[in-house]
Parts: sequence; structure tokens; C-alpha cells
Amino acid sequence: MADRPWIFRTYSGHTSAAASNRLYRTNLASGQTGLSIAFDLPTQTGYDADHSLARGEVGKVGVPIGSIEDMQTLLDEIPLQHMNTSMTINATAAWLLALYIALAERTGVERKALQGTTQNDLTKEYLSRGTYIFPPEASLRLTTDIIEYSVDEVPKWNPINICSYHLQEVGATPVQELAFALANAISVLDAIEVPKEKLPYVFGRISFFCNSGVRFIEEMCKMRAFTRMWDQIGRERYGVDDPALRRFRYGVQVNSLGLTEVQPENNIPRIIFSTLGATASKNARARSIQLPAWNEALGLPRPWDQQWALRIQQILAYETDLLEYPDLFEGSTVIEQKVAELEAGAWEEIQRILDMGGAVAAVESGYMKRALVESNAARLAAIEAHERIWVGVNRYQESEPSPLTRDGAGGVLLHDSRAQREQIERLQAHRIRRDASEVKAALRALHDGVSNGQNVMPLSIRCAHAGVTTGEWANTLREIFGEYRAPTGVESPLQLRSGDETVAEVRRRVAEISGRLGRRIKILIGKPGLDGHSSGAEQIAIFARDSGLEVVYEGIRLTPEEIVNSAQQEGVHLIGLSILSGSHLELVPAILERISVPLIVGGIIPEEDAEKLRAQGVSAVYTPRDYDIHRVIREMVEIAARAHGVD
Amino acid sequence: MTSQKLDALVDGVCRGESALIAETLGRVEDTRPEALPQQRTLLGRLENETVPEHGVVGLTGPPGVGKSTLAAALIRHWVDEGLSVGMVAVDPTSRRSGGALLGDRARLRPKPDERVFIRSMATHDQLGGLAPATRAAVVVLRAAFNWTLVETVGVGQSEVDVETVADSVVLVLQPGSGDTLQFMKAGILEIPDVLVVNKWDLGALAQSTRADLESILSIAPGSRPEWSPPVLGVSAQTGEGVAKLAAALREHRSYLEGSKELSRRRCTSRVAWAMELFSLRYGTYGLERLGGPEATRSLATEISGTALDVFSELATRAGLPA
Repeated sequence: MADRPWIFRTYSGHTSAAASNRLYRTNLASGQTGLSIAFDLPTQTGYDADHSLARGEVGKVGVPIGSIEDMQTLLDEIPLQHMNTSMTINATAAWLLALYIALAERTGVERKALQGTTQNDLTKEYLSRGTYIFPPEASLRLTTDIIEYSVDEVPKWNPINICSYHLQEVGATPVQELAFALANAISVLDAIEVPKEKLPYVFGRISFFCNSGVRFIEEMCKMRAFTRMWDQIGRERYGVDDPALRRFRYGVQVNSLGLTEVQPENNIPRIIFSTLGATASKNARARSIQLPAWNEALGLPRPWDQQWALRIQQILAYETDLLEYPDLFEGSTVIEQKVAELEAGAWEEIQRILDMGGAVAAVESGYMKRALVESNAARLAAIEAHERIWVGVNRYQESEPSPLTRDGAGGVLLHDSRAQREQIERLQAHRIRRDASEVKAALRALHDGVSNGQNVMPLSIRCAHAGVTTGEWANTLREIFGEYRAPTGVESPLQLRSGDETVAEVRRRVAEISGRLGRRIKILIGKPGLDGHSSGAEQIAIFARDSGLEVVYEGIRLTPEEIVNSAQQEGVHLIGLSILSGSHLELVPAILERISVPLIVGGIIPEEDAEKLRAQGVSAVYTPRDYDIHRVIREMVEIAARAHGVD
Repeated sequence: MTSQKLDALVDGVCRGESALIAETLGRVEDTRPEALPQQRTLLGRLENETVPEHGVVGLTGPPGVGKSTLAAALIRHWVDEGLSVGMVAVDPTSRRSGGALLGDRARLRPKPDERVFIRSMATHDQLGGLAPATRAAVVVLRAAFNWTLVETVGVGQSEVDVETVADSVVLVLQPGSGDTLQFMKAGILEIPDVLVVNKWDLGALAQSTRADLESILSIAPGSRPEWSPPVLGVSAQTGEGVAKLAAALREHRSYLEGSKELSRRRCTSRVAWAMELFSLRYGTYGLERLGGPEATRSLATEISGTALDVFSELATRAGLPA
């Protein structure tokens, strides 16, 4: 019998609840079968739109949701009882789910009818995505609160989506992806408190969100390994007898790390091959798929770009004969051998993590982060040394002019600069409209209840109905749990490309300039704003250290004032900023105007913006096309030398 | 450097102005020989400047015991009391590349509006867990702030070296690390003025570690009979015990001021610094010209002035360029 197609999703949301609602309705009309909501960074990290850290970030990488009013606008005329909604939300997952449930209650839809998922996986936030707020123990408690609540109250909801996706995006090998995700799932399951007979059912509600890269044979084997290992964990560790509850259910977003800014049309074949990794094997096929847009490395995709991504899925599911066959790889000794090899590596790594005390301990000690930073450095060093071919980047760079990127802003939707102001106006109007005494009472109940160990969900739903804002909800929990800074992973003693002449040359030049300066060249790598994608900053930091520089790196989520303060106290010769949220035009001037140290910027920065930044005094702008990191470091050294008159 | 510039820097440091402190530190970190004369003048002026209610605290202990987290908690405590803090955080230099990752700021996260100044430094070729410019930086910072903290890298001879830069040495240990016996063997427990068992929230294990340390100290007391080093349980994470640590440091400070110990320590520190500069520049050859290391050291003890003055005098006497 032919297999049913997976759920087609497009990860989207931007500017405002109203604009995103229009987009969702268009996408649903063109055959998309589920929603995948992208929230902006203030919503993900629990700040209201008028908070100083939200500057430049409102409506940028997703939709701003400040209260139940925004949630209502976002889902206006979308029937919740028929919708399957995926929310990419973590630190504030309990809050967004509470808003969703409160909205359902307001519109007369039963909780039990709600379907979808909250990502709710903080481990990968500490390791990769960076939108955590609270310390690991507190986060785990919120995660399990959501799971324990959903099991009874919202039984069709997938309360957690354990993510291996983001691990690959920061360089995880397939074995690390398997091991870290499964160890993470074990740490969550071990922390759940439900009656013993309910545990198999809870196990069955755990779903995953995986990555599939362009090495699609290995990726498919990884999915098969996931399927088998999860089944074994269910059987052996948690005594789940029903095979249906032990099924490895997962969604996929295919790899973005391999997508290029140069010759962006090549991303379409990359996306197609990557999709095969998650679909080719019937026994390990994804339940839902979202594909990135071909021009994602250039900026925000337009509706047409998203449509193209959706069409790839539709062609694969409806035109090709993929779904007409049973599993194609059952009995293949080659595949079996590869799967077994991945499994063995992953079991060994899982055991190592469990011996350390589990995933929480391996996050807190920095073990996992360091391992990922090392894998990523090795990956980048291989690309730099041309051991790994990347078409259009380190090989076959020549290209005819592309008609696709000929016009205007390289084919990207420019951000609406009014978004923040309008969102703040809506928020302030909402604060006036609501019943202040009920807000106060609901927040007090939240504070007291969570402090006393009550489940966060019912308390949050009450807050949602009362009109509490995202920032108020998060601040209440910050008072209880405090805020956390995750290990940066850059202190790894890893040596890169030792013995290589290029590296030796950079080091000689660094020593020479340092001698003339009277001390080692010292730089500060900063990540301003709420964007938590720190992988680029981390790699620059460790490549710079490896080139002989002294590097101050403070991790993510810094205000411009903090960066300036550090640069001044440390007496650095150069500042490097990494910004991937697209907020460079807001954040960079705030630093430039406060300090006279040479400054370089890296990120997803369109050429027009790069020109503006250079005109304002930025010494150099780097984008993902600058794959040769040692070359970047060499340029940084020369910039510092020139600025201090010792070149 | 003009005398106006010199005055401006010294005044700026004493007023606690970040930009001028940073510039002064940049000047004293300069390793070029031609920078030495201005460093001598600058440090000579700053040597005698002190902030009322001040002290220099060295934090040492094996890697991984939570020194940075403890430093952060201590800084928070002092700031809440309305005091200002300067800090030197030392990280190791990679021997192969000569580069370093200065990661302590990430754990300390000072707020720009507080009177907290942190300078990160790398060890370079220095073995003792300090950076070459640590001593000079301490002179600058203690002229600007109520408390100056020095955090060592915690390997090699850190414990020994930090004694010659700080007025009060805090040895940080963690529960059940099995280090206690090693420390006893190495005689290292003679050095600290205060011992901290960090991660006190671990409970019974932490308490038994403290009991072990106390019994070792009762057999082998510190080198100075009039001060018996307290052993404190502190949880930098929860903040428990931080106030007690701050109180112990203040008490140690009064002890130092009320006895000859402070001037003895400052003298030891000056000699150690001068010896370090001299050995670095002229090595065994230079020491031999003055009759060997011991003779050089006792000679250095007799010379007055700052460490840089002592260095110059030693060089002159050895017939070498000062």
C-alpha cells in the first residue's frame, strides 16, 4: 500500500501577527498542510517589544507575540481544531502554549482537540541556538511540567521536540547528532514524574526534530539508526511494550549550513538531495518536513521563495513514485553495515554522557559544547584546506551572471522598519485596556505557585487570559530561577591544521606586529543583540587564538554598552562583531559611536548593507562566503596593525 | 611622555576613570625596552597612591574548582556594599601558537554602570600562573579601587607566585577532590590566608572536606602564629558563605595593617618582581655577575624604591644596561 505523504510545512512568521496571519492563510490555500510558527527573538527570550534588549529585533526573525491579543490576530480565521501547529519555542514554550490554549478556550475549541508541537528542548539551546533564559535544572523542570500537563489535558499535543537539527548546524557529526539527542531525551524522561503505568504513553508523545544534510546516504542511515536506538531505549530502559509507542517520530528541516550565498541557485539541488535522506527509507521516514528557501543565506525569503520550497516536497510526494514502495533498503548489507557503525559510535557516546551524570551535567560542564566546537572547527579546516569540496565556494567559483539575483536586493524581502514601533504601540494600548488587578493577581499566583512546585501550565493559562505580557511572564520566572550563561566551548585546547605553512605565516606576522605594539595583539569577539547563533563567533575566536592572537570572548546576548565597556577595559586592538539576526544596521552604529577601536562585522549581510556599514566606519564586513577563516584572521591583523600605525 | 600626560594618567587612575586606567595598563604592559623609563615614572607615582579601605586578594586553586564563579560572587558582594573592584584574570597562553583565549569575562559579566574593572591577561612564557604584567597591573588597580582581585590560572606554581603579588591569598578547593593530601605534601597549605571549600551546596562531602582541611591545619599551622587561616564553606552558586569570606578578608586586612606583616609582604613582593625582571632580561649570566641568585636577592632587599627602581639598581651594579 502506498505510504501517506508527510506533513508539508514552511517555517515562517515575520513583522507582526497580522502580516504573519495573511502569510499563513496564503500558504494554507496553496496546499501547505500544517503551520510552523517562527517567533521573533524578544518573544523567544521573554522580553516585551519595548525592552532595551529588543531594539532592532522586533518582528525580525519571526513574529512578535506579546500577549493573547497578538495570538488571536495571528490565528484569526484559522480553525485550530483542524490545524497541526508547530511552534519553534523553547525557554518561553510554556507561555506560548498557554496563549494557544487560552485562545482555543476563548474561541470555543476544546483543549483535547488541539494538535501540534512545542519545541521545548533547552539542551540544544545551550549548545547551539542560544535562546535559553534559565539554568539547566530549572529549564528541565519547565520542560517536564509541559509534558506532564499535556499528557492529560492536551493529549494530541507533542509537548516536546527533541532537536538534533541544531546540533548539525553547529557542526555535529552524525554520531554526535544521534548520541546527544538521545541522551537529551533520556534526561527528560528520567526527570518526568508520572505514575508508572503512564510512562509508556509519555514515551510515545516524545517526538524529534532532525537534520538531513547533503550526504544523503549517511543521513538516511542515521535516521534508521535513530529509529532502532529509540525502539531499544523504549523497550529496555522504560519498559514500553507497545511497538507503536516506541516509533521514532520525527520532523525534518533540511540542512541550512551547507547552503551558500554564492551561486544560490545551487541550493535547490542541495535541498533536494538532503530531502532524500529523510524520505528515501520508508521505515525511517519523516512525519513532517520543512525546507529552507533557496536564498536563505542572502536574507529573509519572499513568499515566492517559500512556494518553491513547498513545490519540491509536492513533486517528490505526488509526481515521483517514492511513496509507492515498501522500504527500499531492507536487506541491504551495505546500508546495514553503515547503520550498525553509527549505532555503535552513538551508544558509546551516550554511555559516556550518562557516566558524567546525563545531559544536564554534560551541558553544565561544557563537555557537549566543547565537542561540537571541535567538530565544527575540524569541518571548517577541511573546507579551508580543500579536503572537502564545496561547489561554488572552494571549487568551481566561476559563474555566469545569475538572472535570479539580478534585480534589486538580491531577491530578498526587506524588513519593515515600522514593525517595532507599531508593535510597541499595540503592546502599550493592550496594557491600558486590560484589568490591572487581575494581571497582578495572576502574576502573583504564577510566582507563588511555581516557587511552591506547582505545574507552570495552569498558572500560565490564567496569566494568558488576564492579558499578561510575554515580558511580564518571563520576568516573574527570572525572579524565581535566575538567568543562566552557558559555557562557550571555545576553551577547547584543539590544535588546527598544525604544521601548515599558511598558519605558520599568520603566526609569524602576528608575532611581528605584536613586537612592534609592545604586547600581543588582543581582540574582542562580541555578539550583540538577542541572536544566539554563536557558531561563527566561536570559530573566529578559536581560529584567532590558533593564529597567535589573544582573544576576549564573552558569549552571547550583549548590549552595545557591555561590548564597549569590555573593549575599553581590556585595551583591545580590534573588535569583531557577529550578528546573524539581520539587526546589524541597528546594533553596529550603537557601538561605533562609543569607541574608536577598529571594528569588523560578520553575519548574513547583504552587499547594500555592507556598503552602508563601511561608510559608517566599519573596517571590513564578512559573510558566509568567506570560508577561508585564516585569511579573515590575516586581514584582521593587518587592520589592527594599520590602525595602530605599526603595519 | 610629558609631565602633563603623566599627571593626567595618575589623576585619572586615582579617580577611577576607565579610559585612563585602560591606557595606563596598556603602557605598563608594554614589553619594549624603550617603554621601561616611563613605566618606572608611572609606577613610582602610583605606588604611593592608595584608596582608603583597600586590599589585594589573590584567588588560587586547581582548575575547575570555580574560581571565576567565586570571584563573580565576591565582586557582587563588594559592589552591593558600595565598594569598587579591580581585577586581573589570568588565562594560559597556548605554547604552540602564542595565542590565548581570555574567557573569564564570560563568567564574570560585569555591568557597565558598576565600578568594576576587569583586565584579562595571558601567561605568555611565565610558569607561575600569573601574567608578566600582573604585578604592574596590581599597582595601577589598587590605586583606583577599594579591592583588587587577582585570579591565577591554577596550574604550576600559582600558589607560590600569587603570594608575592597579593596581600591576602585565598586557596579555593572543591569537595572531595582528593587534593587535600597532595596540598599537605606540597606544603602548599602554609601559603593561604583563607581557605575556601567551594560548592558548599554539595552538602556532606563538602563538610568532610572542610573537616579534613581543618585537621591538617591543626597539625601543620600556617607560617605566622598570630593568624590562623579560617576554612570557609562557600557556595558561589547560591551565594551562601560569600559574606563570611568578605568578612574574613576584611579581618585579615586589619591584621596586616596592625602588624608588620603588610610591609613585609610588600617588600617580598617588590623583591620578587625585581628579581623576575632581572632574570628575564639577564638570566643566569646577570645573576652570576652579582654573586648568584641568593646574593642578588639579599642585595635587592636592601635597595629602596619601587620594583623597577630595584631592577635598575641591580642592573647598574652588575654593569648592565638599566
